[in-house]
Order: sequence, then C-alpha cells, then structure tokens
Amino acid sequence: MSDEQTYSAAGEVGQVRQRRTRLQRIWLDLKKAPPTAIFGMLVVSIYAFVALFAPFLAPHGEAQIFKEPYAAWGGQFLLGTDQIGRDIFSRLIYGARNTIGIALTTTILSFAVGGSLGLIAAINQNWVDQVMSRLVDVLMAIPSLIFALMLLSIFGSTTWGLIIIIAMLDSTRVFRLTRAVSLNVVVMDYVEAARLRGEKLPWIMRREILPNILPPLVAEFGLRFSFVFLAIAALSFLGVGIQPPTADWGSMVRENASLIQFAKYDLKGAMTPLMPAAAIALLTVAVNFIVDWFLQKTSGLKDEQ
Amino acid sequence: MSNKAAAKGDILLEMKDVVIDGFADERWNEIIKGVSLTLRRGEVLGLIGESGAGKSTLGLGAMGFARPGCRLTSGEIIFDGIELRTMPERKKRKLWGTRIAYVAQSAAAAFNPAHRLLDQTIEASLRKGLVSEKEAKLDAVALYRAMQLPDPEHIGFRFPHQVSGGQLQRAMTAMAMASRPDLIIFDEPTTALDVTTQVNVLASMRDAVEQFNTAAIYITHDLAVVAQMADRIKVLRYGEEMEEAETREMLKSPKHPYTKSLWSVRSIHKEPKTSDDYILEIQGVDAAYGKDVKVLHDVSISIPRGKTVAIVGESGSGKSTAARVVTGLLPPVKGQVVFNGTPLSPELKHRSKDQLQRIQMIYQMADTAMNPRHTVKEIIGRPLEFYLGLKGARQEQKVIELLHKIELDEGFLDRLPGELSGGQKQRICIARALAAEPELIICDEVTSALDQIVQEGILKLLLKLQEDLGVSYIFITHDIATVQAISDEIVVMYQGKVVEQGLKTQIMTPPYPEYTQLLLSSVPEMDPDWLTNLLKERAEKKAG
Repeated sequence: MSDEQTYSAAGEVGQVRQRRTRLQRIWLDLKKAPPTAIFGMLVVSIYAFVALFAPFLAPHGEAQIFKEPYAAWGGQFLLGTDQIGRDIFSRLIYGARNTIGIALTTTILSFAVGGSLGLIAAINQNWVDQVMSRLVDVLMAIPSLIFALMLLSIFGSTTWGLIIIIAMLDSTRVFRLTRAVSLNVVVMDYVEAARLRGEKLPWIMRREILPNILPPLVAEFGLRFSFVFLAIAALSFLGVGIQPPTADWGSMVRENASLIQFAKYDLKGAMTPLMPAAAIALLTVAVNFIVDWFLQKTSGLKDEQ
Repeated sequence: MSNKAAAKGDILLEMKDVVIDGFADERWNEIIKGVSLTLRRGEVLGLIGESGAGKSTLGLGAMGFARPGCRLTSGEIIFDGIELRTMPERKKRKLWGTRIAYVAQSAAAAFNPAHRLLDQTIEASLRKGLVSEKEAKLDAVALYRAMQLPDPEHIGFRFPHQVSGGQLQRAMTAMAMASRPDLIIFDEPTTALDVTTQVNVLASMRDAVEQFNTAAIYITHDLAVVAQMADRIKVLRYGEEMEEAETREMLKSPKHPYTKSLWSVRSIHKEPKTSDDYILEIQGVDAAYGKDVKVLHDVSISIPRGKTVAIVGESGSGKSTAARVVTGLLPPVKGQVVFNGTPLSPELKHRSKDQLQRIQMIYQMADTAMNPRHTVKEIIGRPLEFYLGLKGARQEQKVIELLHKIELDEGFLDRLPGELSGGQKQRICIARALAAEPELIICDEVTSALDQIVQEGILKLLLKLQEDLGVSYIFITHDIATVQAISDEIVVMYQGKVVEQGLKTQIMTPPYPEYTQLLLSSVPEMDPDWLTNLLKERAEKKAG
C-alpha cells in the first residue's frame, strides 16, 4: 500500500466535527423553522404569558359582578359583560389560565400513566401485556365523551375529578402509541446488551428505550393536548366540565350562546360567544402547527414536495 | 466464459465521464466522479469496491436511473444508440423491465408478498404487451428450469415466503430474464445467501446469462465471486475508477495498491494452539424455541482459555442459538454450561453480576448494538460504572485509555453512533466489551457486515487484544476466510448438531466429514475456473 492509503481506523470518517451544544442546536433549528411553526410558537407563548400573568393583565376580577348585565362592547368593559354582569374580557384572560392549566395537567397525567404502562407492556410481552392491552381495548371501544359524561355525573364534576377521568380515558391512546413504538426498540441489540449487562428494568426503560421513542411521543403530546383541551371545552359547554364561578372558555360559549341570535341588532354583542370559541380554535391550530414542524424535523415526513 | 471477452458482439452500453450527485448536508456532493465504461453484448462486467464506493449508484446510473436524492449531473449514457441521461422518465420507463432489468440484493424485499411468483415473473412482459399471458407463463416455466429451480412447473404457484432465499434469488433472476433484456444489472445478488446456496445460484445465473447472450453488470464486494462471473473487472473507490482489467489479468497481477488491499484478510495468518484448561464448556445442551421448535441437539463445545474457537455453519445451523444459551438469553432444555469450573445458572436473571461481567458479547450489526442516542463516552462508560464503579474523571480517563486500545482517540468521546463509520462502530462495541474486563467474548458475525479492508483491521485488533489481555473468543461466522485468519479451533455445526470440533489445521485437512466437505468446497476461491471445476467435480461424484 502506498503512504496516502495507509489504513487508520480514526481516519475513516473524514471531517471531525465539534459537537454543538444543545443551545446552539436549538437556535439553529429555530432559525430554519417554517413561518407556520413560528406563528404557532408565537401564539403559544402569548397564551402562556397571558395564563401566567392573568391577575396583572385583567382589568377586572375573575368573578367580580357589576351592576350592568349584558353591557355593550367598549367603554369600561372592552368586550361587554355577561348575563350576571361579569367582564367578558377579564374572564377570557382568566379562562386561559384555567382551561390551559387543566388541559396541561390532564395531558401530563395521561402521559405519565399511559407512557409507563405502555413501556412495561412492551418490555414484558407476557400476560402483563395481554391484560393491559385487552383492558385498553375495552376502554377504547366506549365513545370517550359519553363515557366521560357518565363518569362525571356519577362522581360529580370537581376539577380534580375532571382531570383524572379525562386523563385515564386519554391514557389508553398514549398506552397504545407508546407500546407500539417501544416494540420496535425493545428488539434492538442494544436493549439485549443492556439486559446481558444485568441492568434493571427502570434503567432500561429510562435510558435505553425512552430517548429513542421520544419524538413520536412529543408530537403525540401536542396533539393529545389539543384533544384534551377540546374535550374539556366540550364538557364545559355541556355543563359538566369546569364549574362556575371559575372562568373557562367552554362554559363561556354556552353562557353567552343565545346572544348570537341578536346579530341583527348588535353585531358586536353577537360576536361575544365567538370570542372564547376563537381562543380555543386559535390555540388548537397553533399547537398543531408546532407539532407538524416537529414531526417533519424528526421523522423526515413531509406533506408535499 | 472468461476467455471469450474478445469474441463478444458490438458495444451495447457506453458511459462517458458520468458524474452523479447526491444530496446530503444541504448540498450536492459528487458520488460518481466521472467514470466511463463500455459493455459489449453478451459480456459480463464486474464492479467491485467497498460500501460507499458508488457501485450501486453507478449500476443504476447505467439504466439511466437516479435514486431519490440523486441526479445524473453530466456525461453520456448511451444504451444501444439511445442517450439515457437526458431522456424523459416516461420514455425510459418503457426500456426498464423490457430491455434493461435489475436484480436486487434482497429478493425477499423485492418481491410482493401478496402475489404468487409466477404472476410477478410475467408481470413486466404482460404490461409491455409483448406476449399473451399463456405464452408468458410457458416461458416463465422454461426460465425456472433454466435457473435450476426444483419442480419448475409448479413452483410459480407458490408465494415468496414459501420458497427459500436462494430459490427466491433465482426466481428474481428469472423475472429479470422474462422479457429477454439486453442488459441485466445484478446488485450483490448472492451477498445475503449462505456459501453452500451461493454456489448453486451463481451457477444458474451464469448459465442463464450465457444461454440468452445477455450483457450484465455484476456488482459485488467479493472479489472471489466476481472472478467466477465476470469477463472484465472494474474496481471503484470513492466514486472513482481505480483499475479495470480482464478478470484473469486482474487476479494475476493487480496494479493499483487499493486493489491489492482487497485481498488482505486472506493474508492474516495465525498459528493454531490449544490448551487443556477450558474456560467454558457447553455440555450436552438441547435448546428449543417455544415447546416444539428444537434447534440444538446434544451440543457440546469446549473453549480453551485464551484461545479462539470459531463456530461455523450456514444460517439456521444453530450457531447463534448456542451463543444465546451461553449468555443465558435462552435457558436450555437439557444440559448445562460450565464457566471456570462452576455451572452457570440457565437463566440470565439468576446469574451474578460477576458472572455477567466475565462473559461479554459483540454483535453482528454494530448499528443496532449501540443506542443511537448515547455518545461514545456514555456507551463505553456505562459498563465501567456498572461493574467497576468508576465515575467522573476516572471514568473518562479509562474510556480514553480504551479508545486508544482500539486505535481511536479522545476526539470520539462526544460522537453519536450515527457519526461513525461501520468499522469505527464495531471498534466501539469491542471497547464496550473490553470495559467490563471480561475473560470470554462472544463475537457473533462481527465482521460480516464490513468491507474487506475494514474486516482486516478489526480482525488484527481482536488478535492483538487476545495477545495482550489473554481473553478467549467464541467466534461465530459463516465466512471461512475469517476463520482461517483468526481461529485456533473450529467447530462445524449443521442442523443444530456439532459435526466436528478440533484444531484449525486438523479440521482444514482432508479427509472431511461430508458436510464439512460441502461447506469448505463452496467457499469461492480467487480462481476464475473455480466454479466450473467445482461443478464438474460434483457432477462426476454424483454420476460415479
């Protein structure tokens, strides 16, 4: 062999690159994000800001009642008042805090439960997996909104009751997804290598499997959050969700729904029930934009091209 | 057929200064850097080189096809007077499958599992409206016969999963032949097959090509295989031509240093030694998957301390299952495994941490053996922490030490497996095994996914580590050249039984048991007449 072709193991891959720090990588990704994703992130951060600082941003209190019910837009009340004289604008702001907070807690809980059970099922492919999977099948066979309505009327609609019931129902879907994506990872040689090393189950779950199934789970987290958010709004609209006087977008739509009939007389006033509905829609769309971008980036899936 | 190159027909394919680009890291990179080739009717050209050399890209380029993410940038591709590079895809499609056909490496992935072989074989000719269905079916049967498939009248009615890998590969060649193309591109068609199967597939492909006077480009990384098939050989590296010559010429006197290095694994030599001090003994083991599928029958193997025992056999012979029994992944039905004089518990979870530490494993696919989300430091550091309790700076120190041992350096600490080459990955796996300070390492086909020149590096490293540290190896492989290079003792397995065990020199000298004979004689040699002679010999034996 001539000199230039002397084999060296270290020289096999040409350019040695310095590993970028996590911060640098995030910044690079952000710079390349499409406009939809940037819009989504902007909207979500505004929502988060509003939810966090609601007491400072709202002109009036959450359940503060004024003498003038059904006040028109403008003046002291930016978006008017509702049927018992509460400021709609302030309630919208507090609603962000309640609705998003509850939806987020619910989603986190459903992922904690569904995710860990799904991982356990995928690793132990024996009766444990069978029992859990069949149970999930049964739960998923029942329409979840109706099931939630039934459970809520049995146990009563407290905030924590609502969170736990929806979290349990949604964790079935998380379970399915986690189990399915983990099944592809548990058969890998590196998991076998960890078992041969004598590693314990929690280590294998957390260090070997979880990092490799994270992208689909993060994407699912975004989508699940949207669904939970919509489910809570729907339940509140039906009157079994978040209970008054707590401000919440779903029940605000219901309480002011009748105003829409008076569009002929007061167009602005008729828009009042559309405001919380629009807030729900905007957040859902924004979250979906971010999830789309994330999926595209991590899985290489693209809609067009 | 190797002597007839001069007597072949007119030029069928001519590629001039072809450049093919691939899109990676947000820009176009040249994969093929201006390669020219000519191919006459009825001629077979062998394209060899290691993975990433651009063999497949060039082979597909000869069809005027660029894989997704690639483009045919410049140069001329003239097939029978037609310029393919600039031709619109719609027109090229009419040529593909009728005048130019492609045989892929994995026939199992290339066949549609939902349709019968016969329907898929005649699909192309029917779609182009060349013949009636009845004629096409008759012709397919004739082709199956030409490819020496068993029961050619009825095999077409089977589904792809109902025939063996070798048969499927031949069915795929028959499919490519169905429309009597002028040119066939074979892309590593026998790489996934066992040596014993490979011989038959090679023979039938060669006969078929000769019978129909088809021109072919045969892509492979195995020089011995291409020597049997090709009239001329072209060596590629990094998208550039290294050397082209007639087969015999090339084998006799390779000119380019790179071509010479392709032989290199066959040049490692080790003097076999043995000892009576056994580190591991597998004693009368029966093993089964589930209740009924028995894969090992009364297997006994002894591993002398500080030596290498190679277990050879074709796929399905129980080599890897034996390793699973040793590691405790598959508790045996009968028999036991004795390590350092004490019987090991049959089940993994009942073995002590110390026992686990003493036996380490290196896998065939280094890609899947390392967590793609862990850096090299974490991968090698974990066994150090787990078994030896090393943490922080002392752990890093030791990791760097191990990296030097495997001929890499601290620049690799923060890399992820995806940023390493195949050979480097396998080295990291070796370092991970060494980190546990084992007495026995099980190597499961560790070099079979690697290129010749990288294989040589890994094998040399393993030999050196054995010399320095005195570890013992169980080396599972189906590659006889590797066995020759590294082993002290050889165990031949066939259908779950041990055919024989003994010193390398003893196993490799006649007389052989029948199966060992078949296995050894099936290993391709660097002699272009090897296949012809072998087939003649076997036919004579059958007749006599």
